[in-house]
Amino acid sequence: MAKLHTPHPDLPPPANATGVPGWVRRNLLSSPLNITLTVLALYLLYVTLPPLLNWALFNATWTGETREACQTNGGACWVFIQVHFDQFMYGFYPEAQRWRVNSAALLLILGAAPLFAGRVPSKLKVRLGLGLLVIYPVIAFVLFKGGLFGLPAVDTRRWGGLLLTLVIAGAGMTAALPLGVLLALGRRSQMPAIQSLCVIFIELWRGVPLITVLFMSSVMLPLFLPEGMNFDKLLRALIGVALFQAAYMAEVVRGGLQAIPKGQFEAAAALGLGYWKIMALIVLPQALKLVIPGVVNTFIALFKDTSLVLIIGLFDLMNIVHNATTNPEWLGFSTEGYVFAAAVYWLFCFSMSRYSQNLEKRLHTGHKR
Amino acid sequence: MTEQAASLPPKPPFWNDPHIRAIVFQAVALIAAIAFGWRIFDNTQDNLSRLGIASGFDFLSSSAGFDIIQTLIPYSAASSYGQVFWVALLNTLLVSALGIIFATLLGFIIGVARLSKNWLIAKLALIYIEIFRNIPLLLQIFFWYFAVLRAMPSPRQSLSLGGTAFLNIRGLYLPAPHFQPGSGWVLAALGIAIILVIMLVRWARQRQMATGQSFPVLRMSLALLLSVPLAVFWLMGSPLHWEYPELRGFNFQGGLVIIPEMASLLLALSIYTAAFIAEIVRAGIQAVSHGQTEASFSLGLNSHLTLRLIILPQALRVIIPPLTNQYLNLTKNSSLAAAIGYPDLVAAFAGTVLNQTGQAIECIAITMAVYLTISLLISLMMNWYNRQVALVER
Repeated sequence: MAKLHTPHPDLPPPANATGVPGWVRRNLLSSPLNITLTVLALYLLYVTLPPLLNWALFNATWTGETREACQTNGGACWVFIQVHFDQFMYGFYPEAQRWRVNSAALLLILGAAPLFAGRVPSKLKVRLGLGLLVIYPVIAFVLFKGGLFGLPAVDTRRWGGLLLTLVIAGAGMTAALPLGVLLALGRRSQMPAIQSLCVIFIELWRGVPLITVLFMSSVMLPLFLPEGMNFDKLLRALIGVALFQAAYMAEVVRGGLQAIPKGQFEAAAALGLGYWKIMALIVLPQALKLVIPGVVNTFIALFKDTSLVLIIGLFDLMNIVHNATTNPEWLGFSTEGYVFAAAVYWLFCFSMSRYSQNLEKRLHTGHKR
Repeated sequence: MTEQAASLPPKPPFWNDPHIRAIVFQAVALIAAIAFGWRIFDNTQDNLSRLGIASGFDFLSSSAGFDIIQTLIPYSAASSYGQVFWVALLNTLLVSALGIIFATLLGFIIGVARLSKNWLIAKLALIYIEIFRNIPLLLQIFFWYFAVLRAMPSPRQSLSLGGTAFLNIRGLYLPAPHFQPGSGWVLAALGIAIILVIMLVRWARQRQMATGQSFPVLRMSLALLLSVPLAVFWLMGSPLHWEYPELRGFNFQGGLVIIPEMASLLLALSIYTAAFIAEIVRAGIQAVSHGQTEASFSLGLNSHLTLRLIILPQALRVIIPPLTNQYLNLTKNSSLAAAIGYPDLVAAFAGTVLNQTGQAIECIAITMAVYLTISLLISLMMNWYNRQVALVER
């Protein structure tokens, strides 16, 4: 009788190679060096994490009205933030008019939400995006500044806090993107005079720190203007920020333009399109799509750089928090103030960078390995 | 002939000729730029004469009349504005150079940790990068300055670090080295050791080319560099004397003091830039494909040699250009010193001197010119390096 060969059933993997123990062995304890590193990391966490959590959460004071509420326990005094919260958000914007800021914010959120939804047709998205880029700033400006449609005027000196930070960042972005595209096109132009003008402009702005640009806009711009003509301080800062970021944006866009094969230009020219039509219909849509991550990175840098307007005495989020920490009634809470400001900035920058990484993944469908 | 010419399409009118158009465009752009520049110049002249502000660079030789809290070269309130410029420039260069060193060290460590096989270490590095990259540098500087270093105790209650260094609200006091006569010989010995190392490297390379035998160059050079100066140091009777800071009255005397402005600026600059450098290092190492490592192993190179001869040279080619960019950013970011009063170029020169003399244009122009020069120098160096390491394609 032929013996039928029946193979043993497969053995299960050894217990220490699967599940949690396996994962720990592989990722934390695979070699002596690895074990040392794990111990070191655990020690680091042990030293830093418990005091940090105790300070920020467990021993912190959350409720109260005055600084006396914070005398009892050694943790953070979040009352300081609570008391100043409105100031941190709106600056010195009159309390009765703050609904205008809120409605502008609501409008922005409502307008931008469909851009992030998957189901909305892309044509609508493009139109909505253009609307946000072109029409929204006008609406927001009218709402903030007032003086029209029966809204009482609010001087820009009273704008502050997160509102001012977002105004500077938003205005800087909407101005820097088109300017940057024009500069990039100019730098790639065949005409030597245009090209060298653009190169000089870009390299000049990129070579100096933003702080000197802001200094220049606050002390030198008044000297450049004819007698009697003067801008307000915010506008001067905005011009400085926009020109500075436009130079950086130009380099990002140039990268995209260089990545478009020459055949695209030639094919478009062979179809009889002129320069502006080639650029607007064929080249820029492809180039801009390629550099979206770079553009978002520039936006993040711009957002962080808005804190520099403190130097010329504008009360953006950074400055208003700093100002509150020097308030004699609330001395000694600078750590809480800076941690709060850092958390706000971090939230904005981190979500932007996550969004850019997401886009990068989605847009890289063509040549992904 | 005539028939052919007639069959050609008619010549376009001159306003549709691309060449003529290009010339017209450029002429218009140039004229506009020049007119704009001229208008600004004209306005400025008007404003300056109206406000009674002097122009020109004569102010550089007049006496400054203010003190600076950190000077690397001799300076007093009686010194000229020109001297202020040099003091401020040196302060900027000092904090940038130190920042670059610390940021590079920290950045490389974190970047390698980010790629570690150890999950915990990799995640810690990731958290570090994500936190410090996304918080404005100015906020970090303020945090270190106002929340940490301004909250230090007064000199009498200083935190003592081993009895030789002291930390208080006035800064960090360290022992200062004092060189006695004879330390020149130690320096000379160091020079000789460096020359010996260069010769050793050359000889080792020639021998390897000729015979294939390798020589432990790194270990031998380190030994040479350490032993020769140390031997001379010992022979000369240790010509080095440490001066320790001492509490006298209300403050510390002697020693080397790092002012809190400098310390907080340096801390924030290094920590912030290190987060960016770490990402650059990670990307550079990941850019070298794994096939390179496998090929190198199959040729019989060990892991140390693979790292040194195969991976590092290729990773550095990717790392160096963005790294230089970060160095440039760090140098430009050091201008944030103005916000906490560290006497750098922007704070001392474009700030105090400008306020005292009112010569905004000259001060800002000089400051911008300095930063532009530094930027251009660094990019020139980077371009030169890029040409050196560029792939030579056949």
